[in-house]
Amino acid sequence: MLGKLTWEAIPFGEPLPIVSGAIVGLTILAVLGIVTVKGWWPYLWREWLTSVDHKRIGVMYVCLGLVMLLRGFSDAIMMRTQQAIAIGPSQGYLPPEHFDQVFSAHGTIMIFFVAMPLVIGLMNFVVPLQLGIRDVAFPVLNSVSLWLTATGALLINMSLVIGNFARTGWWAYPPLSELAFSPDVGVDYYLWSLQISGIGTLLTGINFVTTILKMRAPGMNYFRMPIFCWTALASSLLIVAAFPVLTATFVMLLLDRYLGMHFFTNDAGGSQMMYVNLFWAWGHPEVYILILPAFGIYSEVVATFSGKALFSYRSMVWATLGICVLSFMVWLHHFFTMGAGANVNAFFGIMSSIIAVPTGVKVFNWLFTMFRGRIVFTTPMLFAVGFIVTFVIGGLTGVLLAVPPVDFVLHNSAFLVAHFHNVIIGGVIFGALAGIHYWFPKAFGFTLDERLGHASFWCWLVGFYLAFTPLYVLGLMGMTRRLQHIADPSWRPLLLVAEAGAIVILCGILCQIAQIYVSIRTRERRLDLTGDPWDGRTLEWSTTSPPPAYNFAVLPRVETIDAFWHMKRTRQPAQQRAYKAIEMPRNSPAGFITAFFAVLMGFALIWHIWWMAILGFLAAIAVVLVAGWSVEREQEISAAEIAQMERAR
Amino acid sequence: MTAAAVDTAPAAVPTGLARGRGGGGPAPKRIVVAYGFWIFILSDMVMFSAMFAAYAVLYGNTAGGPTGAELFNIRNVFLETLCLLFSSYTCGLGALSAERRDPTRFLIFAALTFLLGTAFLVIEVTEFSGMVEKGAGPTRSAFLSAFFTLVGTHGVHVASGLIALIYLVAQVVVKGLHPAILRRLLCWSLFWHALDIVWVGVFTLVYLLRA
Repeated sequence: MLGKLTWEAIPFGEPLPIVSGAIVGLTILAVLGIVTVKGWWPYLWREWLTSVDHKRIGVMYVCLGLVMLLRGFSDAIMMRTQQAIAIGPSQGYLPPEHFDQVFSAHGTIMIFFVAMPLVIGLMNFVVPLQLGIRDVAFPVLNSVSLWLTATGALLINMSLVIGNFARTGWWAYPPLSELAFSPDVGVDYYLWSLQISGIGTLLTGINFVTTILKMRAPGMNYFRMPIFCWTALASSLLIVAAFPVLTATFVMLLLDRYLGMHFFTNDAGGSQMMYVNLFWAWGHPEVYILILPAFGIYSEVVATFSGKALFSYRSMVWATLGICVLSFMVWLHHFFTMGAGANVNAFFGIMSSIIAVPTGVKVFNWLFTMFRGRIVFTTPMLFAVGFIVTFVIGGLTGVLLAVPPVDFVLHNSAFLVAHFHNVIIGGVIFGALAGIHYWFPKAFGFTLDERLGHASFWCWLVGFYLAFTPLYVLGLMGMTRRLQHIADPSWRPLLLVAEAGAIVILCGILCQIAQIYVSIRTRERRLDLTGDPWDGRTLEWSTTSPPPAYNFAVLPRVETIDAFWHMKRTRQPAQQRAYKAIEMPRNSPAGFITAFFAVLMGFALIWHIWWMAILGFLAAIAVVLVAGWSVEREQEISAAEIAQMERAR
Repeated sequence: MTAAAVDTAPAAVPTGLARGRGGGGPAPKRIVVAYGFWIFILSDMVMFSAMFAAYAVLYGNTAGGPTGAELFNIRNVFLETLCLLFSSYTCGLGALSAERRDPTRFLIFAALTFLLGTAFLVIEVTEFSGMVEKGAGPTRSAFLSAFFTLVGTHGVHVASGLIALIYLVAQVVVKGLHPAILRRLLCWSLFWHALDIVWVGVFTLVYLLRA
């Protein structure tokens, strides 16, 4: 009846997951309780859960990313603490069985449920506003994407208390991830949560390619698009080209595990290196899916807070597209040690070094934008400057690792761990934080507290260097990654510094929580009444903060790059007042309900509860069929209503 | 084209503004929907390409089991191919009748498409079950795992295409050839033709080049 699910799946004997699970469970219950007592359900359902408004969906994505950041970070600090104390005779507090789950969950969550939702959330919120349009190409699909991503996040967190998570690392290489060596549900949690959220991500990619290429304000040809839209386009193209490879790869591993096939098994002719190749054929473009939109954010932030147009807009566009193409030609550098031979390694080593060239172009563009600019050091600008320095260091260690002989020494060492955290924290996370600070007033109508923002930035920056510089050194000293126990006591001082760094980053996160709290409490004093708090350059600043559901009462006419800046300099942005009726998509519960059944299906598949899996699948399909039946999905806002709303601003 | 005329046209833009590509404001809905669907098809092709790659890597790894040359019946596969290619032809005729707002002809061609698609699936399922009976199921060797996954994924696509066709025909019967439904039919025929392209790859790489 319940497949493999029994009471033994819940680890009553182990205090750590039970206590943390209980805390999470109680928090969720408390939140649900408050919502029920206050009677907020109808509002939540109407305005958020069923919303197809790209701005609301963007905000929900970012919230998901920030909450999961807390989860991923607690994994990180647990690992740092274990490594700081489990030295020599001490075994620390995390047994290997647990430690392996923690590092696998940390990587999986940080990539798929922190970095991706933050980046996609900002794309959702910003791109249609920057393009001067009213929504994305497929608003209901957008809601489906969000909720499928949330489904994946929920499933992965369920593994904390029901069963266990993969002990394979975040890439689940076979043969370790095959049934023979991982017979329990851990790898299945990994596979199904990523498979379901991956569909959501793919739909987002399709949605944004279509939106950016086919729906822009009148007059906005390609070379008038804001740079963030270019990077969002490049990132979406990469999603469309790379995520299906991951889906296919996971299908093969699932077939091995569920139906006894032999894609990656040791026997009957399976090939493990095929998994590694396929995985990284997705995995390396994934790195650029994350970093390109962050580059876009920095470009917007640097230009705005230098009071200058971005230096060499065109070279920035070509560098972005160059990276987009090159990102598919470097995947083998993740496994130079596979033994592909010197020539193959040389090719991929050279390609990996070449990709640093367009990235270098970008760095110089940002520097020259700031050169002789009137720089205002707001929190987003601090993150941008901190990024430039940090990312250059991360990029240089990357070029170092791209040299195959060096990689043979440093492969799977702490040096590598330091390198990719250097580019992901210093690049993607700083970018997302800069973007959140930058667009927060647009989303909510008031600015964030600058003092706490600065404090949080310095904690992140200092904490990052404290936490990861020691890992570079330890890597060179021969420390491999994912060590549950450290045999060499001479590594202790550096590991303690790294632990201190993690604690400083924790302070940064606490500052951010305090910042959000304080800013909400004092929002009356920090209202953004103009809609343009930073003297912005692009169209999102030309509408109110927060923007009305339809974004623009009249679609803006675009005549230059930095359209809004140009409008402010040449003429009043206020245009003709002859409003026309606007068709807006209706709210739809399809995404939320589909995701509900996807949770049922995913959970049932993980635990081999076949009847429930079939039921969940059929129900999800039924929701799609019901939602697809109607032909009228728009509602009209009449010209009179718009005139009334516009007068009220 | 009637469908495009019914769609909400974009606001007229002064020609002086619309220099360069894509300066004309948001595209009409028909274009947006079909374009998005094209992108979806491309992503599907990428997924198939990963499966083709897996097949190419594994096709020699028969683990002492049967090879393709021993298993495939090229005559049946040719028949199967004809069914699928002809179904694309009838699908195209159906799309033309839908655009001419001729529901009767559309329904006839949709029925023919459905029959040909079903025939394809019946032949495929017979081939698969015959192989499993001979002890050459997907668990026999890596080669057979890759074969069943690649060809089976295409088969699953055909089956879901047939279900979608029933669903769309029901919409046409109940609601007539509404512009929204015409857009869905357009996407469906794009999907159906794309399955042909994949099949041409399968026929060539799997069956004609059988080991």
